[in-house]
Amino acid sequence: MSKYTEDDLREELKTKEYEYGFFTDIESETFPIGLNEDIVRAISKKKDEPQWMTDWRLEAFKVWKEMEEPDWANVNYTKPDFQAIAYYSAPVAVDPNKTLDDVDPDLLAMYKKLGISVDEQKKMNNVAMDIVVDSVSVATTFKKTLAEKGIIFMPISEAIQEHPELVRKYIGTIVPTTDNFYAALNSAVFSDGSFCYIPKGVKCPMELSTYFRINQGGTGQFERTLLVADEGSYVSYLEGCTAPSRDENQLHAAVVELIALDDAEIKYSTVQNWYPGNDKGVGGVYNFVTKRGLCEKNAKISWTQVETGSAVTWKYPSCILKGDNSVGEFYSIAVTNNYQQADTGTKMIHLGKNTKSTIISKGISAGKSQNSYRGLVHVSARAENARNFSQCDSLLMGNACGAHTFPYIEAKNKTAQIEHEATTSKIGEDQIFYCNQRGIDTEKAIALIVNGFSKDVLNKLPMEFAVEAQKLLEISLEGSVG
Amino acid sequence: MLKINNLHASVEDKSILKGINLEVKAGEVHAIMGPNGSGKSTLASVIAGKEEYEVTDGNILLYGEDIEELAAEERAHKGVFLSFQYPVEIPGVSVTNFIKTAINANRKAKGLEDMPAKDMLKMIREKSELLEIDRKFLSRSLNQGFSGGEKKRNEIFQMAMLEPKLAILDETDSGLDIDALRIVANGVNKLKSKDNAVILITHYQRLLDYIKPDFVHVLYNGRIVKSGTAALAHELEEKGYDWIKEEVNA
Repeated sequence: MSKYTEDDLREELKTKEYEYGFFTDIESETFPIGLNEDIVRAISKKKDEPQWMTDWRLEAFKVWKEMEEPDWANVNYTKPDFQAIAYYSAPVAVDPNKTLDDVDPDLLAMYKKLGISVDEQKKMNNVAMDIVVDSVSVATTFKKTLAEKGIIFMPISEAIQEHPELVRKYIGTIVPTTDNFYAALNSAVFSDGSFCYIPKGVKCPMELSTYFRINQGGTGQFERTLLVADEGSYVSYLEGCTAPSRDENQLHAAVVELIALDDAEIKYSTVQNWYPGNDKGVGGVYNFVTKRGLCEKNAKISWTQVETGSAVTWKYPSCILKGDNSVGEFYSIAVTNNYQQADTGTKMIHLGKNTKSTIISKGISAGKSQNSYRGLVHVSARAENARNFSQCDSLLMGNACGAHTFPYIEAKNKTAQIEHEATTSKIGEDQIFYCNQRGIDTEKAIALIVNGFSKDVLNKLPMEFAVEAQKLLEISLEGSVG
Repeated sequence: MLKINNLHASVEDKSILKGINLEVKAGEVHAIMGPNGSGKSTLASVIAGKEEYEVTDGNILLYGEDIEELAAEERAHKGVFLSFQYPVEIPGVSVTNFIKTAINANRKAKGLEDMPAKDMLKMIREKSELLEIDRKFLSRSLNQGFSGGEKKRNEIFQMAMLEPKLAILDETDSGLDIDALRIVANGVNKLKSKDNAVILITHYQRLLDYIKPDFVHVLYNGRIVKSGTAALAHELEEKGYDWIKEEVNA
């Protein structure tokens, strides 16, 4: 029988104290600010997670404490004080007394421009629905169809409860907790996110979208997404929303992991429109995202992103082409206006034989913004006949913005074929006058030119998303030419 | 239709037009000729409303209205069309998409709805046949990688689609081989009516063999120094511009 030491007593008291604190805390909407092991435990406990998940979070937290915030990106901002942030907020509940009249009129005007329906606007602002709307029944139908195919699509917090074996098997295998500062932070404190599993040989019959489960609870600032496509399956996944998100959380650090097993294909499309700050550069979201996918044999992952929001963006959706004949694609449009800064690109890691990757990056800078493409193409010694094609185009508007390209190439196999093309152009007064002369006003002319410039990437988006993304580009650049 | 009175214009404080007087009536074709640097293209740009050019004196009346304060797109809405000497490239924007955008912008200015897709297609088919334009051409990016002839033909195609009141063709003949010139001229002739007018800016008499002008003006050193009929163009072709310069400078 071991002796009950004073140390043990102290430990127990601490835990008790903490548990007590914890229970009072869950009465409130938000945890106290700051981050320590107790907060990590509390988040896990709040979600009723199994022990392995709690341990995993704690391990990540331990790693994170030893890490430093990266500063190699071409962005400038005041580093957040990580002890001044509250790491858990309960999802905002529907307020039965709130109507659309209570919503910021600017926001409503923007919805109108984007052609977003009134019901969707209500959902996005947590306004109660007066009637049972179509979208609710649509969601139910969706769920039924998905269930029939054996597809699992749910918040990751539910998946941890209902499919722990799947989550445990895959979480952190592509983006390990030790990967980088923000990934470690996310692993420790992630609030929620999506989990998706497509069984062997199943072609998902519809675009999966986080958007249609928007009223199942907000996902918050530390979002975690895990998507597994089993052998021979196919899925197209849409993330985000073209509507502006005026999130008050300044720091966003999401992690997305994709796993495409043999012969599987994942198409992952994102529209990011977080609050970019005002035209003086005040406010706005810091978006530090780690997205990575793994391709097994003959698998394919396509990342398509339209980035128009956030004050600072740090994001490199990547592909590990592990299996022979696997394919990675990255199509990106990044728009920066006013004082926005974006450092975004991709990593294509060729490990398997005959692996292929394509990178098309379109950067559009206006105002006083800075827009950087940063990409790595790595061909390992065993990757025979790897091929990459990269094209990075920058479009500048005005004289006060900047466009930068940082392509890194590491080829360790002589059979590799790597092509890189880059262009920089400016919207010329001659182009604008030409459009004007045909009766097209300047704002519309810019939209036309920008859409033309972005076409190769817009074409990769699912149809309904592409139309909205096109409008979003126009709105993001409104007023950028005097 | 168009009346230009004592027009003076400059760019970056350099005076280029020094008192132009010109009247163009509906149904007429005017040719403006002259040596390099005489101000021909500047005149076209000033009428179209290019911002870099500043009108320092005189005025331009379109249907009796002074258009000085109107932006380029507003002038376009009133029926002014300029066929550019050097049409710009807009990568990723197809010929079809561009013209559709232009037509609908003009309709919007007139308070009309967008043209129904069916009508648009029909019109595009008709006008592209008129200018012997291949269907594949319409899906290419505007002016990108176009030959000189294709660019000019595309300009006239847009003119055919937009049906302007006043069309100014700035050196549309330059860079065209004889077949392309015939097609373009043929297109312009078919589009001519008693309700619209054409100003041809050209160096050479060649184009005027195909599009018969009612009047020929010689622009020299920012002024119209001589006006006449088609015969004047032939005289210029034969004798060059030196005798005019001598006359002016005498």
